Amino acid sequence: MRDVAVVSFAQSATRRDQTRNEVEILLPVLREAMAPTGLTTHDIGFTCSGSSDYLAGQAFAFVSALDAVGPWPPIQESHVEMDGAWALYEAWVRLQHGDIDTALVYAFGKSSPGDVARVLSLQLDPYVTGPLWPDAISLAALQARAFLEAGHDEKDLARVVARSRRNAVGNPHAQLSGDIDEATLLDEPLYADPLRMHDCPPISDGAAVVVLAAGDKARELCERPAWIRGIDHRIDVQALGSRDLSQSASTRLAGEKAGVGGRADLAELHAPFSHQELIVAEALGLDETATSINPSGGALASNPVMVAGLVRIGEAARRLSAGEGERAVAHATSGPALQQNLVCVLEATS
Amino acid sequence: MSGQLAAVLGTGQTKHVAKRDDVSIAGLVREAADRALEDAGLTYADIDAVVIGKAPDMFEGVMMPELYLAEALGAIGKPLIRVHTAGSVGGSTAIVATHLVQAGVHERVLTVAFEKQSESNAMWALSIKIPFSQPLVAGAGGYFAPIIRGYIRKADAPLDTGFQVVLKDRLNALKNPYAHLHQPDISMEQIIESPLLWDPIRYAETCPSSDGAAAMVIGSERAADASSRPVAWIHGTAVRSEPTMGAGRDRVNPHAGRDCAKAVYAEAGITDPFREIDCAEIYVPFSWFEPMWLENLGFAEEGTGWKMVHDGTTALDGDLPINMSGGVLSSNPIGASGMIRFLEVANQVRGTAGEHQVDGARKALGHAYGGGSQFFAMWVVGKDKPK
Amino acid sequence: MTAEPITGIVTPIRLDYTYTPGTSPSQFLRGMKEGRILGRRCPSCAKVYVPPRGGCPMCGVEFAEEVRVADTGTLVTFAVVNVNFANRVIDLPYVSGEVRFDGSDTTSMVLVQGIPVDQVRMGMRVKAHWLPRDEWDFTFANIDYVEPLDEPDADYESYKEFV
Repeated sequence: MRDVAVVSFAQSATRRDQTRNEVEILLPVLREAMAPTGLTTHDIGFTCSGSSDYLAGQAFAFVSALDAVGPWPPIQESHVEMDGAWALYEAWVRLQHGDIDTALVYAFGKSSPGDVARVLSLQLDPYVTGPLWPDAISLAALQARAFLEAGHDEKDLARVVARSRRNAVGNPHAQLSGDIDEATLLDEPLYADPLRMHDCPPISDGAAVVVLAAGDKARELCERPAWIRGIDHRIDVQALGSRDLSQSASTRLAGEKAGVGGRADLAELHAPFSHQELIVAEALGLDETATSINPSGGALASNPVMVAGLVRIGEAARRLSAGEGERAVAHATSGPALQQNLVCVLEATS
Repeated sequence: MSGQLAAVLGTGQTKHVAKRDDVSIAGLVREAADRALEDAGLTYADIDAVVIGKAPDMFEGVMMPELYLAEALGAIGKPLIRVHTAGSVGGSTAIVATHLVQAGVHERVLTVAFEKQSESNAMWALSIKIPFSQPLVAGAGGYFAPIIRGYIRKADAPLDTGFQVVLKDRLNALKNPYAHLHQPDISMEQIIESPLLWDPIRYAETCPSSDGAAAMVIGSERAADASSRPVAWIHGTAVRSEPTMGAGRDRVNPHAGRDCAKAVYAEAGITDPFREIDCAEIYVPFSWFEPMWLENLGFAEEGTGWKMVHDGTTALDGDLPINMSGGVLSSNPIGASGMIRFLEVANQVRGTAGEHQVDGARKALGHAYGGGSQFFAMWVVGKDKPK
Repeated sequence: MTAEPITGIVTPIRLDYTYTPGTSPSQFLRGMKEGRILGRRCPSCAKVYVPPRGGCPMCGVEFAEEVRVADTGTLVTFAVVNVNFANRVIDLPYVSGEVRFDGSDTTSMVLVQGIPVDQVRMGMRVKAHWLPRDEWDFTFANIDYVEPLDEPDADYESYKEFV
């Protein structure tokens, strides 16, 4: 496989944004990501984006977002109706052909216009489960229950939340941050038993942009590129009764294929719910004592849907490029209760 | 040629109809996928990854339906990618699958595209009233009719050009068992007398609304060489996009379409498309798009595409047969329509197109477009392995 | 045991969204409320967009100055619509026109009235017919339709690039 690296990353602040539309959120982020590379739209070999029409509440949401790129003269471009992490995967595949050296990946999503927990229930099969309208938080709670019953303690969940909020203090893009101890968290009332409000993600609008480059081009554009050493994604069956919710088989498999090998200085795991971080870390064989988990605060600190997975890869890469470590694992998830998972192993050396 | 060689190992589609109420969405995609695998002489166990495409989720009322369809497509434990590039999606989806093989990531990829419009209301989905958007919405025809009027003015084309296209495509559809519209008594009078919906577009000149799915298995050179079935070698793929609302963009002869055609010919080593391409399936949802795309694709000089319609060049027995299957004018499961174009030309060069087979077809073009004539996806397939 | 096949179930889906037009479109809508058509100019290519969305789609940059464009313009192309859609009921047939308002570099889809349908022509000069002032809201629909101006048709070459 050809060596491909993340050479630049930018993200918007995440919050409920009732002033700007998707293009207006995306434009400054694109500019910020492109600036350090010195590239323009016309230098980019391939562009790929991720977003969802149902999040925006209108068909063809990605069409107007393309305006932000300024695709004129026309460009080579594609779009996945998925989190931007999968757009990055498609771009990585495209770079393997060898005829182009750079790719632009972006994702955008506004969760605030609709009731996102209810919108996400439309991901369920439309005949049997969907008509019951279980919302995304209730589905996560079912999974959390299965996880706790499998021999875990709610103190573990509180520990994840406390660390996430603490780590987010240093992240200017995060929505929720602060120093809260675990005992205080456990005193909070239950929201969707066994989950408390803080075990669930905030409602976030946002955008993120990654610039990928191959081989020498990457070295030319970035002092310390974050090389993609392995990337893979897998999907589980959707029906909640057909899989062990306390584990994530698809994460485990993707991690093996991507070559995680239980080793990383830091890991950015896309876990919108506290228990999901523990499930994912376990599936990837990552140990909190050896690996810094979600140094950005993760999706519990800010969760722009369709963007948060790409942000994990971007955050991990940015930290490697800044010298915070030499090897990182980034993870993205999609679908109810961690149904689909992508794992990316990144490395940077001086 | 970029990357490694890839080929179509098998294809499958459903009989396109207005309403498939005998199957669920999962049943529909499974039917096409089963047929593609059977055609390739393979099973789900041989497949490394699945790439699925469809038009807006609101057409069925399921958000990211691939999550629920993963099981029906045998994708559990495998990589699954969902593509959405508006009307061009069926083509773009096949190209993403091809790239996975050309990049050397996978040996055999199953690619599927579908639409089951009867399960929701596509017209509603396209007309959701966003409070601050421009109010005048008259469906896709309302958007494209003024562009067609622009073409007629620019090319000074005879007004019956569109009728000729419909007559040809609907007659071709009679030779295609999978086509939605089978109108054995179709006649010029019938077309001319059909209601004028969006002048200059008559009802007979519009595509139907269909439930349907299409699937292909794309394999590596090794997989193709090992296959006992005829294969279609992929000689070139290309995608291009431009902005919908860009000031000064040419919507009749879009820049992105011209660039995309040039790129796909270059990759396929084609210098004279009219002579070197034996037949093509191009995305024609309204009759007039045939002459428009003939120009955009470089088969005809600008302003002369309509002549090829009138002189029979694009007929099944013409010099450059277009839409041998009956085209989008005869079947339109939106998200699958682009893939059907790609699949039909693969069958042509494999020699498996059946009654609408073009004798001796060795090289063929598949074309899809979407949005406001701004997203393009194309491939060239051939009987022979690329040199 | 055999049973009739289930060929369909009805699942009503209701989702409420609160849309945000965005900064540039908001400015346009405020203009509409006051009976003015406000476009935005691209600082890079100098083209004026009506209505402006996020940024100039050809250049990928945020818009710069606000530009008031005229409510007169040229009908560059059109369709005669003989079929009504769910959310719009107008007497048939009607003309859906693409109008380039003078001073704008884009076209807008507007209803054309005040002339028999079979006399509508490409190149026709038109003027906006506004709803009564007390009905103005933050919407493009304040322009009820465009109607012919008593002016000679525009020369084809002058609007060809907008067709």
